[in-house]
Amino acid sequence: MNSMHMVSQEVPLAWYLLLSAVLFCLGVAGFLIKRNLITVFMSIELMLNAVNLSFVTFAHQWHQVKGQIFVFFVMMVAAAEAAVGLAIIIAVFRARATLAVDRIDLMKL
Amino acid sequence: MNGPLLYLPLIPLVPFVGFLLNGLLGRRLPKGVVTTIALVAPLISFVIVLHAALLAWSGSLTLPFIEQNAPSWISVGSLHVDFGSVLDPLSLVMLLIVTGVGFLIHVYSVGYMQHDKGYWRFFAYLNLFLFFMTVLVQAGNALMMFVGWEGVGLASYLLIGFWFWKPSAADAGKKAFVVNRIGDFGFLIGLFLLLANFGTLSFSEISAHLAANPGLTGGVLTAIALCLLIGAAGKSAQLPLYVWLPDAMEGPTPVSALIHAATMVTAGVYMIARTHFIFDRSPFALSVVAIVGAATAIFAATIGLVQTDIKRVLAYSTVSQLGYMFLGCGVAAYSAAIFHLMTHAFFKALLFLAAGSVIHAMGDEQDMRKMGGLRKKVPITFWTMTMAVFAISGFPFMSAFFSKDAILAAAFTSGGTLGRVLWFVGLVTAALTAFYMFRLWYLTFFGETRNHDAHPHESPWVMLGPLVILAVLSVGGGWIGMSRFGAYLAPSVGARPEEAGGSLEYILTGLAVLAGAIGWFVAHRMYHRAKTADGLAATTPAGYKLVFNKYYVDEIYGFAFVKPLLAISKYLLEWVVDFAILGGLAWLLAGLATLGGAILQRWQSGNLRSYAAWLALGAAVLLYFVLGPHTIGTALHLGMAGH
Repeated sequence: MNSMHMVSQEVPLAWYLLLSAVLFCLGVAGFLIKRNLITVFMSIELMLNAVNLSFVTFAHQWHQVKGQIFVFFVMMVAAAEAAVGLAIIIAVFRARATLAVDRIDLMKL
Repeated sequence: MNGPLLYLPLIPLVPFVGFLLNGLLGRRLPKGVVTTIALVAPLISFVIVLHAALLAWSGSLTLPFIEQNAPSWISVGSLHVDFGSVLDPLSLVMLLIVTGVGFLIHVYSVGYMQHDKGYWRFFAYLNLFLFFMTVLVQAGNALMMFVGWEGVGLASYLLIGFWFWKPSAADAGKKAFVVNRIGDFGFLIGLFLLLANFGTLSFSEISAHLAANPGLTGGVLTAIALCLLIGAAGKSAQLPLYVWLPDAMEGPTPVSALIHAATMVTAGVYMIARTHFIFDRSPFALSVVAIVGAATAIFAATIGLVQTDIKRVLAYSTVSQLGYMFLGCGVAAYSAAIFHLMTHAFFKALLFLAAGSVIHAMGDEQDMRKMGGLRKKVPITFWTMTMAVFAISGFPFMSAFFSKDAILAAAFTSGGTLGRVLWFVGLVTAALTAFYMFRLWYLTFFGETRNHDAHPHESPWVMLGPLVILAVLSVGGGWIGMSRFGAYLAPSVGARPEEAGGSLEYILTGLAVLAGAIGWFVAHRMYHRAKTADGLAATTPAGYKLVFNKYYVDEIYGFAFVKPLLAISKYLLEWVVDFAILGGLAWLLAGLATLGGAILQRWQSGNLRSYAAWLALGAAVLLYFVLGPHTIGTALHLGMAGH
């Protein structure tokens, strides 16, 4: 580990990455398991932010500003996606009177 | 040195432009414009040819004129084929016939097709025919000739089936096309053999190569010559491929005159004359040509004796006369064959056009038994037809008297028993020719009318004009004389064999005239004095039936070739190959696709979470393979170690 240039002496890099991985897996699990469309949507946000965390970590680690810029892109896309996604959810709810994911399956061929 | 400006490429191109204009726009153009385009195109071609002929005659153009710097068509390896036109005495004579007679028949068609709703289509096809025919005649190499050859076949097919809503016309077109295809196959094999043995398709180069190697005879040259003969026999309706020509009379009469009498069907004779240097090296092939010609001449003439349809008589007469030309080629008297080709173009075109005028006058009646007594009703048609009948029968000092005589004399002096037999067959054919022509003449124009429903009327002058011009040519077309004509053609087809000379020549001529006179006399006895339409049928019923049914050749071909082919097509090709093998394969592939679809369909549950699960699983698997188990392990290890 000596060859790595550590910025923080207290918190090693791996912890950040592990936290990011745990958050991401929670997001995936929530996406797969939860029935409510809103919760599913929140799980997606969780995954995005887990990725953001690792971006920031590496940016900090390597003194590269690119990673931080990328985070802004992701946030921007997430915001846009939230707007569109919530609009879709509202439209679906109005049409079907339910938000249960497993009952929204009309796109089946 | 540059030759004079001849505009040779325009000879085929102008009719082609006419074809495009009338073919694409003709439906919307007024009739006058269609007529103008249709007539001006062949006229321009004819004027260009005439201009070249006059230049050559006055001496300011030396023949053969081979177009230099012609655009190249194919240049692959050592094979070079270009578009160049060749103008030599042979092609010049042929071009004059094709464009000259062609123009006259175009003019005639204006009257004949006046009320046809396919008027523009008809002239588009006629111009297309002239385009391909002039390409064929001008070709300096065998491949260009083949292009024209196939093209005139197409035009012929289109025009035979011009009234395509009649099943008989459509069938006749198909028959002509299929039978010609058999001949074309032989031509094509001949081309391949030429290419394989000489490495070139240019006539002048092959001719030069043969001239440089005098020892080259027989063998492969015989094979090439026989293949070319098959092609010529298909196009020129010789035994055994003549069957399409009589049926081709389903087309409009001007077509029969132009394509199926005067020009296209003589392409085979022209081709043999053009490649005479190959035939000259193979005595065997020449004998075959002569025998095919003589056999066809007498065979078709006998069928012509009993036909009742006026156009069919002329069709069998054409086959028979083409046989004469082949006989001339077969005894190496190419110039005599071309001479007969020329006079035949005049009188046979005239016969057909006059027959068309008769048919027109009778209200589309073609059966001679229902005609009769037309002499007074259609006087100009009668007199022009009379000229043609006398010409074809070899009446002294009419055109065929010179040309037919030249062929018969050449056959007689070609030596050996074969020559005598060929001559005798030709002589008998001459008598038969006179008989069937005078039979037609008497049945149509003499006696009392046998059809009181029709009200015959003379045709308009746009039809009679060409008749009169052709009548003059039919009478005087032979006056140039064989010796001068032969000397003129000698640079193209070689000097003709020695003439009979002296008293022998007069005896042969006298016998030929006598044969014609006998034919006339018998026809006169049977059809004029007896005043009946079926004189022959009464005399020999059994033989009449055989000949009337055309020796059952169509039936024999149907049984020997068409039926087996149809059976093979149906049972082997349709059922086994098409249905079982190809269809089975197609069904197999379709079944596999359906099965795959049914399996994959289960994947598409429509459930968002299952898609997401597959996505996550896929991402995990991808990650695993990209990074590898080792890398992931190391990363985890490092992470722990860092702590």
